[in-house]
Amino acid sequence: MEIKGSIGIDIGSTTFKVIVLDSTKRIVYSKIMPTETVIVKQVNDLFSKELLEFKREEYRIIATGYGKEIIKIADRRFTEITCHLRGIFEEFRRSCTIVDIGGQDSKVIKCNQNGELVDFIMNDKCSAGTGRFLENIALRFNINISELGEIARNANIAQPISSTCTVFAESEIISLLSQGIRADEILKGLHLSLVKRIKSMVKSIGLEPPLILSGGVSLNPAIRELLGRELGVEPLVSVHPQFTAAYGAALLGLKKGN
Amino acid sequence: MIKRIKYIINVEVLGKLLLLIRSKLEKLRLKTKGKLKKSNIFGPPIISSAEMKNLMSQHYLKGMYTTKKVAWVTSGAPIEFLLALDYYLFYPENHAALCGARKLSTELIEDSEEGLYPQDICSYAKVNLGWILKNKDPISKLPKPDLILACTNICQTVLYWYQVLADIYKIPLIVIDTPFVYDTINNDQLMYVKRQLNDSIPIMEKVSGKGLSEKRLREVLSYSREAVALWLKILMTAKHRPSPISAFDTFIHMGPIVNLRGERRTVLYYQRLLSELEYRVKNNIGAIRNEEIRLLWDNLPIWFMLREISTFLAKMNTNIIAATFSYAWGELAHLIDENRPLDSISSIYSQVLLNRSPLSKFEVLKKLTKELEVDGIILHSNRSCKPYSLGQIDQRNCIVSELSLPAFLIEADQADSRDFNFNQANMRLEAFIEEIKERKWRSKAQ
Repeated sequence: MEIKGSIGIDIGSTTFKVIVLDSTKRIVYSKIMPTETVIVKQVNDLFSKELLEFKREEYRIIATGYGKEIIKIADRRFTEITCHLRGIFEEFRRSCTIVDIGGQDSKVIKCNQNGELVDFIMNDKCSAGTGRFLENIALRFNINISELGEIARNANIAQPISSTCTVFAESEIISLLSQGIRADEILKGLHLSLVKRIKSMVKSIGLEPPLILSGGVSLNPAIRELLGRELGVEPLVSVHPQFTAAYGAALLGLKKGN
Repeated sequence: MIKRIKYIINVEVLGKLLLLIRSKLEKLRLKTKGKLKKSNIFGPPIISSAEMKNLMSQHYLKGMYTTKKVAWVTSGAPIEFLLALDYYLFYPENHAALCGARKLSTELIEDSEEGLYPQDICSYAKVNLGWILKNKDPISKLPKPDLILACTNICQTVLYWYQVLADIYKIPLIVIDTPFVYDTINNDQLMYVKRQLNDSIPIMEKVSGKGLSEKRLREVLSYSREAVALWLKILMTAKHRPSPISAFDTFIHMGPIVNLRGERRTVLYYQRLLSELEYRVKNNIGAIRNEEIRLLWDNLPIWFMLREISTFLAKMNTNIIAATFSYAWGELAHLIDENRPLDSISSIYSQVLLNRSPLSKFEVLKKLTKELEVDGIILHSNRSCKPYSLGQIDQRNCIVSELSLPAFLIEADQADSRDFNFNQANMRLEAFIEEIKERKWRSKAQ
């Protein structure tokens, strides 16, 4: 039986994303919400309420993200690497280097002109290179995460941050604030320290331009600007950066053989 | 005399009998498991495993009651002299690996850290020192040493670790220093090692109270040669598709080649293991049921995660069919010559994998990749083993560029479970396998 479309679900450590595509790859539904503690209930609620119109037998379900194993009804599961690659390549159709700064890890993925994976690298050992780092900072400064980047971008200088660890960086922030250093300059320094971590990851697998940002952190203007400056390229951003993996998963569901 | 009687009763009579019964039951269990096809991802188990367990248990049991002089030795030490002098040999590294495989190592590591041994030294050393400090016996009661033999061909840590041991037990320490082989070994290096070996023999003789018999030394060396040659053949059965053996199996079955080389029973055991593997090859019995992807492993295993990693990969129809670590115990078989014992021993022990340059290690990777037709390589960046992990990032890049193979660097530790979070690593590992499958799919489509 011909399928009517595909549902891509990306359960990340911070957010839960769903995209439904029809058979022509058109997005017919999308939703983002915070990942709850009881993910199984969240998935069940979603399918029993919001996704009712997309009948199980007519739509393929592809899961990705850290919580992908929990989605028992998924037809297949793919890693975020594969899903990001699919999602970005569908949008840009060229060789590129994809940077995804997620809540729990950061990934740099190199893709060739045919949309094939050339190489990838992940930072999963240290939170200082991830979105969690920015979340902690926002919490420390009592600033909404969505405003963080704008404040940092507008600062005149970046206060050098020597700590290479989220926990120690927090102590350094307190010490710098007590010396009377401006908060926006500290914020810029913190953004720069994260960007430098990403830069070394990009350099280690080699930059294949353009640089394309994916994931929620790409909405942060300071990250975009500083990463572009550090790598000497103008980064491009996906039109739906937070949905890239879910979108890629849904596309994989439309592919014959999957 | 009482000690001797205790040994006969506990080892030769009761121990032998109980271990034999256990081994028979284990064999039966493995055979039934294979026939019932209990696992839908793994192939039938290797039946010889029961015999291997028996062999190793006997060795440890003998250690508990031995009346012989005891020597503690590093894994790459020239033990043939000691065996010829009838020492009981104990390998702290193997004991640490065993503790790791049974998930008992981290507690001992923490014990050693309580004793102020720093966190960043080798976890094998810490397991051993933790065991001594706390006098715990997680596996079995271990024999106290009369002599210690350390060979620097595997790392420099052993030099300091064994100095600590010599200091604790107030016993002689023999150090065989093997110069690093950057390119090819030269005569001066060989002479330097040979002279040290010559100088150490009188110390070994003095402690044992016996004289070294050249005839016995030749015999021991010939058993070593046979065992090493058989081991290489065992590893090379992995050429077959599906591979009858996995790297995880080789990590377990290498127990005798590390602990009991130079002994006849090891030769006999490997002959039987080889014949079982040849049967599996003939009948297309694989280590995993559906071998789609074949990988090579570099460095020591993550002992405390053998089951988890092998199962995770087998579920994705992936088998790690060989490891450079297991191969290191077979690759120098051709250098062993019992008719030139001293020259031969100097040469082999100077040229072990860890005493050679990163370029030479890369050549081994290349050779195995080609001969075993693997689809990718996993390099374990082992926090504890610096000499093995040195240059792995460059090696990874060379594998990708020169061999056009995907390579994956996994950061962990051989025995310290605090250094590895499988939940975080498995996503990368899964993506790595997805990448290989995609490559294979593309090359088939072309």
